[in-house]
Amino acid sequence: MSPPATIHLPFSNWRTKETADRLLKAIEAETRNLPTPLKLMEVCGTHTMTLHRSGLKPRLRQVGIDMISGPGCPVCITPDYYHEAIIDLLVGRGDILVCTFGDMTRVPTRKGSLQTVVPAPGSRLKIVYSPEEAVAEAHNQPEKQVIFFGAGFETTIPGITFTVKKAAEEKLKNYCLLTAFWLIPPALKAIIEGGELAINGFIYPGHVSAIIGEKPYALVAETYHLPGAIAGFEPADILLGILSVVKQIRSGQPLVANEYRRVVKPEGNVEAQAIMERYLIKTAADWRGLGPIPDSGLKLRPEYSSFDAVRRFSLKLGSGSSARKTACRCGEVLKGLIAPTDCPLFGRQCRPDSPQGPCMVSYEGACLIEYKFSGVKSYD
Amino acid sequence: MTKISLEMGSGGRLMRDFIASRIVPRFKNPILGELHDAAHLPWGIALTTDSYTVDPLFFPGGNIGTLCINGTVNDLVVSGARPAYLSLALIIEEGFELEELEKILESIKKTARATSVEIVTGDTKVVPQGQGGEIYINTAGVGRLLGRPQPAKIRPGDKILVTGQVGEHGLAILLSRNKFPLKAGVKSDCAPLLFLLPFWREGVLWMRDITRGGLATVLAELAQTISLPLLVEEAKIPYSTRLQGTVEILGIDPLYLACEGRALLVVPARKADEILKKLRSHPEGKKAAIIGEVEDKIGRPGEALLETLTGGLRLLEPLTSELLPRIC
Repeated sequence: MSPPATIHLPFSNWRTKETADRLLKAIEAETRNLPTPLKLMEVCGTHTMTLHRSGLKPRLRQVGIDMISGPGCPVCITPDYYHEAIIDLLVGRGDILVCTFGDMTRVPTRKGSLQTVVPAPGSRLKIVYSPEEAVAEAHNQPEKQVIFFGAGFETTIPGITFTVKKAAEEKLKNYCLLTAFWLIPPALKAIIEGGELAINGFIYPGHVSAIIGEKPYALVAETYHLPGAIAGFEPADILLGILSVVKQIRSGQPLVANEYRRVVKPEGNVEAQAIMERYLIKTAADWRGLGPIPDSGLKLRPEYSSFDAVRRFSLKLGSGSSARKTACRCGEVLKGLIAPTDCPLFGRQCRPDSPQGPCMVSYEGACLIEYKFSGVKSYD
Repeated sequence: MTKISLEMGSGGRLMRDFIASRIVPRFKNPILGELHDAAHLPWGIALTTDSYTVDPLFFPGGNIGTLCINGTVNDLVVSGARPAYLSLALIIEEGFELEELEKILESIKKTARATSVEIVTGDTKVVPQGQGGEIYINTAGVGRLLGRPQPAKIRPGDKILVTGQVGEHGLAILLSRNKFPLKAGVKSDCAPLLFLLPFWREGVLWMRDITRGGLATVLAELAQTISLPLLVEEAKIPYSTRLQGTVEILGIDPLYLACEGRALLVVPARKADEILKKLRSHPEGKKAAIIGEVEDKIGRPGEALLETLTGGLRLLEPLTSELLPRIC
């Protein structure tokens, strides 16, 4: 099938200055009567990305909104020792094919990053878009041990886990997963309960919510009386979410608003939830910057442990076993406690081309984004 | 022991630092120090060289053969020289299909003819299987100087132009390299920029072909070179709708996608409209556009800024490393 001669871009009118101006004006009408600046956390890294790409952060500051980037990037919060374990395999054995998502390859560790290390002859790193590419590699190269290094939130977990189903069906003996699976609601709870926090409301992640639905956030509104809105990823989507949150703040009635109804159903994606339920169980997880959080991770159920890279290669993933001792304050950045610029390393030793911590690594990382923004400060 | 990593050749900052710290100082001389696309030699000629290792060898809109001629031709054009003579060096891996080689050589012949350059010397080496990536090509080129980039003459108010829709080559390569099950219909823009030569006499102050690192990197480097801020309007950057749709799906920033037949020009404000009109009268320049200007009110010296579609402002950084797909 040949593609159409022109492709209609469905959201192009969502990105106009007129739309943004109207929404910013509506937000200002609410914040005018509130003590500002209001601090809202965008939990999701893709929201951070949209804010960055659209240059909206300075404009939001003008209407009394300070956006704080939350823990919303799986690359950022996966501890070094996962990468180091994979690097050891790549340089130590000659039969390994590591497949992973692009961002994961830039994370700096004491042993280098996946991109800078030189694999042993016969071993290789491959950046994939879809985890299914890794299964195909395992199928086509039976002599290789194919490991999918999968870091993800609820958004990507079902897709990655689905490969275990496929590999099991194909009876592939040379495929396994290194899972770095993280769950958003327990992390939110940990952030809120962690004491020090200066957040007036949340913009909840759109893609994660598409899987888990609205219900897991009810706790935030009901128990902690903090407002929030699920939002999509167009600039206008985020502004709509922010408008909803400031309205909730003004009315004093915190909710879980869904401003992304074209994608997020109240109950989420039941099929994806079933896959997670069938193959995975909850486990305590060690978030870089936040530390260990009970029941905030997922791992393969014992009956599927033959697909678990940790078991197959006897990997030692230990909390603190290889923690890098630097002055990096990514942990506090992730909690919204300090701005990236408050870190002594920011912009000095820690730059996009020599990142010291996770927040400078990912395109979605708060520090990388702040670094790119910092030059524009003179403007607002 | 430090080993060379792929990132050192990615066109990002790491590569520039590597060149600036380990290569240039060793051969220090005034001509090399300029680090233009081509060196201006004392006899009124320009010299350039480039190696081509593109993967895959054949892609929609071209192949390594068209690339190795157009790329070197374009480096000469944007340095102010009319390309005349090229060398051609082939490094072929044992076992490479002769038929493929023939196809590449035919493309080289056709492209050289179309760009009026002659291949006057060359070299062929065959390396054992496993020691090379099918085929690598190096070309060097000389041309007579007709003009000279004059970054020192760039002033606030001068206009920034691009000669056509940007990002197509990088996207075409990315799509074919990753074999995405996606029929985007995007073709490489690989083409010679010879039609730009007369513009050196029209008052153009600076030209650069937009290659690795894309429009954003060229803008960021220009801003640093002239120590003035630049402001570009996102809404004025020409993209094809095919590219816009595809980068949305893949989550790739088109500002960082390479071209192989597009250039960025800086022209004095009073001549901008006339130059744009003339550019657009060429078939290769039909989609040319004025995308911004050199600033003195917004931003700080050396910053390239983008006014986004939503009216926000974003700082454009040079590409720091290879373009990578984002995680979700």
